[in-house]
Amino acid sequence: MENIYLAIVLGPLAGAVVAGLLGRWIGRGGAHWVTILGVATSFALSLVVLWHLVVEGAPAFDGSVYTWMTAGGIHFEIGFLIDRLSALMIAVVTFVSLAVHIYTIGYMREDPGYIRFFSYIALFTFAMLMLVMSNNFLQLFFGWEGVGLVSYLLIGFWYERESATFAALKAFLVNRVGDFAFVLGIALVVMYFNTLNYEPVFRVAPLMAELSIQVVPGMDWSVVTLICLLLFVGAMAKSAQIPLHVWLPDSMEGPTPISALIHAATMVTAGIFMVARLSPLFEYSPTALNVILVLGGATAFFMGLVGIVQHDIKRVIAYSTISQLGYMAAALGASAYAAAIFHLMTHAFFKALLFLGAGSVIIAMHHDQDMRHMGGLRKYMPITYITFLVGSLALCGIPPFAGFFSKDSIIEAVHASQLPGAQFAYYCVLGGVLVTALYTFRMFFLVFHGKERMDEHTRSHLRESPAVVTVPLVMLAIPSALVGWYTIRPILFGGYFGNSIAVLPAHNVLAEVGRDFHGPAVMAEHSVHTPALWLALGGIFLMWVVYWLRPALAGILRRTFLPIYYILEHKYWFDDLNEKVIAAGGRLMGRLLWRIGDVRLIDGLMVNGSAWLVGRWAAISRRMQTGYLYHYAFTMLIGLLLFLSWFVVR
Amino acid sequence: MLSHIPWLSLAIWTPIFGGVMVLLAGDKGAEGARRMALLFALVTFAVTVPLYVGFDPTTAKMQFVERVSWIPAFHIFYYLGIDGISLPLILLTSFMTVLVVIAGWVSIQTRVAQYMAAFLIMEGLMIGVFSALDAILFYVFWEGMLIPMFLIIGIWGGPRRVYATIKFFLYTFLGSVLMLVALIYLHFQGGSFSILDFQALKLPLDAQLWIFIAFLLAFAVKVPMWPVHTWLPDAHVEAPTGGSVILAAIMLKIGAYGFLRFSLPITPQASHELAWLMIALSLVAVVYISLVALVQEDMKKLIAYSSIAHMGFATLGFFVPFAIYANTKSLEGAALAVEGGLVQLVSHGFISGALFLSVGVLYDRMHSRLIADYGGVVNRMPVFAALAVLFAMANSGLPGTSGFVGEFMVILASVKANFWYAVLLATSLVTGAAYTLWLVKRVIFGAVANERVGALVDLNMREFLILGLLALAVLWLGVWPAPLIDVMHQSVQHLLGQMLAVKP
Repeated sequence: MENIYLAIVLGPLAGAVVAGLLGRWIGRGGAHWVTILGVATSFALSLVVLWHLVVEGAPAFDGSVYTWMTAGGIHFEIGFLIDRLSALMIAVVTFVSLAVHIYTIGYMREDPGYIRFFSYIALFTFAMLMLVMSNNFLQLFFGWEGVGLVSYLLIGFWYERESATFAALKAFLVNRVGDFAFVLGIALVVMYFNTLNYEPVFRVAPLMAELSIQVVPGMDWSVVTLICLLLFVGAMAKSAQIPLHVWLPDSMEGPTPISALIHAATMVTAGIFMVARLSPLFEYSPTALNVILVLGGATAFFMGLVGIVQHDIKRVIAYSTISQLGYMAAALGASAYAAAIFHLMTHAFFKALLFLGAGSVIIAMHHDQDMRHMGGLRKYMPITYITFLVGSLALCGIPPFAGFFSKDSIIEAVHASQLPGAQFAYYCVLGGVLVTALYTFRMFFLVFHGKERMDEHTRSHLRESPAVVTVPLVMLAIPSALVGWYTIRPILFGGYFGNSIAVLPAHNVLAEVGRDFHGPAVMAEHSVHTPALWLALGGIFLMWVVYWLRPALAGILRRTFLPIYYILEHKYWFDDLNEKVIAAGGRLMGRLLWRIGDVRLIDGLMVNGSAWLVGRWAAISRRMQTGYLYHYAFTMLIGLLLFLSWFVVR
Repeated sequence: MLSHIPWLSLAIWTPIFGGVMVLLAGDKGAEGARRMALLFALVTFAVTVPLYVGFDPTTAKMQFVERVSWIPAFHIFYYLGIDGISLPLILLTSFMTVLVVIAGWVSIQTRVAQYMAAFLIMEGLMIGVFSALDAILFYVFWEGMLIPMFLIIGIWGGPRRVYATIKFFLYTFLGSVLMLVALIYLHFQGGSFSILDFQALKLPLDAQLWIFIAFLLAFAVKVPMWPVHTWLPDAHVEAPTGGSVILAAIMLKIGAYGFLRFSLPITPQASHELAWLMIALSLVAVVYISLVALVQEDMKKLIAYSSIAHMGFATLGFFVPFAIYANTKSLEGAALAVEGGLVQLVSHGFISGALFLSVGVLYDRMHSRLIADYGGVVNRMPVFAALAVLFAMANSGLPGTSGFVGEFMVILASVKANFWYAVLLATSLVTGAAYTLWLVKRVIFGAVANERVGALVDLNMREFLILGLLALAVLWLGVWPAPLIDVMHQSVQHLLGQMLAVKP
């Protein structure tokens, strides 16, 4: 099996390297074939691995591939941990990646950076797989930063646009703020566990629960809590939790396939995956879990709200992604790791679907992304319309679509949690259901129904996208509709994850939720007795009235809720804080240190004292600088002679 | 069989001999001088390869030792030898010199023979510094090395080259005078100039403190450490590309090497006493200098400041082991710190060299180092842009590149000394990425900024070869650093033994 694991990561890497380095010779067709072949191989093999683990019941694999280095008594290794958690992630990542690869053929057809694009997305797949399959913190960090790198390259893919390069830089730096804490977390792991591998860390974690550290003199902090919080700050940046979410809406500057693959389905879920992977550690820090729960809940609700006032179709989906990541984080905080991963999986399908659907709309609209210029697209783009509707219903959690099962489980799990923040988080995730329905169906009706608001030229060219675009849409619509129904029992309540996820008995909210679970049909039926479904339906109904039936209502609503609208339109002023206070402050600091510290104090005061000396020296040496080498050689000889004679005479 | 050949002498004297030959043949024409210089640089590199192949990593003893009496009246020997600390630096020197010779192929058109000769002679002297085991021999190489660099900046430098050379020379020369005094004092204590004998001396603490301070001035200026760093940005800005590369890639390392070869083993207690100061200065370098780098308007100045910040990791790695040992009572964390610092030296040699060469590529075409004059270079130079982004990422410490390895090791180790050291070091993850990638954004990305950028042409084969080799080196060290780390284990263990042993 080890060779299969290697082949899974090396397939996309080989594709990326060949397309990247030899792109000039193999051409556009060669580039997309070689990368698609690599990713398709990975996907096929990932199914083999999944089969091997789930059906044949093979034990988890934990082994190293090679030793990166050995230093300080620690083995730094590259190695794989393949269990049911990572196997599921591999399958999701390679499947979405494959769909996006195919879709890109159509979407990027006319782009001069076609080959480069394929090289990047294959490289991304490689980095993401390294992250997911890792059995140690070093490789986790390698993949973690690797996906960050590719995300940077892809957000700035259209490098001539100032807004794109700015967004790329912003994304990388915000992620680096997270990594700053992440590295410290890893350093503390090494300090206390003396290893980078997961397995020994997990084994010792229970013994570490009582240990404390004095970071600030006089204050005892739990070591595990500190480690978990630092690691989670890294996850906050990657998985866009408040306040490190600011980069994700801007990342929509990148081409749409990337928004689907990286900024919706896979990379942004790395933080969620990481916490689930390290659940044996996080379980021992209720404090950290509580922080995650509260932040996740807040992100789910408040970031969803911003989505309601966006005009750019991709930005609506971006805020939706942030909000959904908040759901996953809340699930993690409630120790419902399985529910988080379950929602991660369903979300990967329906969010990738929505993004690719939006991309299909954007192609038809000649790359105009403003929803105020759309409307009535239903009759021009039937396949896009139907698949988009499936995605929207899944996102809103309408049974029996996939999102219903995962989202409802999260709400129930948060409800069952005993942590101090659970009450707050519960209202957030519940309110989030209404918010989700509002922004989703506002977008849906604005784009596909109502008046056709585009100009005449665009209207005359409206038509359904080609098969390379619609086939991936259908490919993703099927799991978006069905995957929840068929997998909820094994994944959430059937012990699918086995011991790849650890939950302490005291936190086991899913077991509690599972007691009331009697199959997906009953769950769907029961939903009419829950507030969540009615909130969702109410939201959809409201949007139907406002954006289809009575379009004039939108303006009235905006005027009525003007203060709220104003806050949302400014996105809670996070961007202003970052750009005008933090970034500008850093530059001001630098300028002060340079002009006053270096130039005035050190050079001015310290060196100026001898400036006169320097001036004199220069006057003499100017005459010495004849430029003839034999003069210099002569001088050197004399110097050496003087030096040696000093010894002799002494 | 191989061990009977004096490889170290060959490595030192081949380039110096080559330099003299190039000088003598200089009038015959520039092309001949270039080829001859390249030949000698390649031969020198070839001569240093057996040092790695024949090196025994299982011992901390000096290897490839040569010892001949030089000035018997003062017990001065021609005494050479290397261990796992100096070996990587020697290989770095011979590798980078080859690249520098190729890099100067077209851009240097005046006094070609002298230019090439200066680099070859400097190479020999620098290898001499890394392999000398006699203090006076070390000192001769150490000071001698300044002269070619002085000439390189002074003759082939930019418009303010005289100011820069004087500043460079005064700083480095004045710094090292006190070192000579210290060396002579040590000679009187033990009657020998052998560095290994120095290390075995038992010195009282107050004497150690004086010696440490004398060494500190010499080495801190070279590294350079805050606040004696201000000569470096000026020197880099005025130096020709090749000069900047050697300055950043090798010369700065010599200061750091000095700490490992002299300060720490000869005056361990003084090092222990003053470790707080060294750590503080290193942290200032990382935090303060990174912010200063952020606001530079000149590309070379920015990279120069970035070098100072990166060297802070190395000096911190060398002086933090005392605190780690006090906390953990184990040598493992301490070894991680020192080895991390050493890896940082080698890695920074590659990366800073590559960055200065990249700036040189642009400067050769546009004759400007100002960031504001650029924008959208990628549109005209895609291959160059790809490599430049790789080096920028390496400079920001991206895992998978060499820039990550050393910094990661030092952060992992320093958290064992004090959590806040690690916090301050880790800020460079943000600031380092900020100044490097902001530079990339303004120079490389964007639409074509002006007609001159529009007229740029991409890398030629020669430039591609140089940057491509460096890219391979950066990636190799990032993906598999084990071969580099493995040669240094024993020597670092030995050094730690010397540092942490209590001398009366």
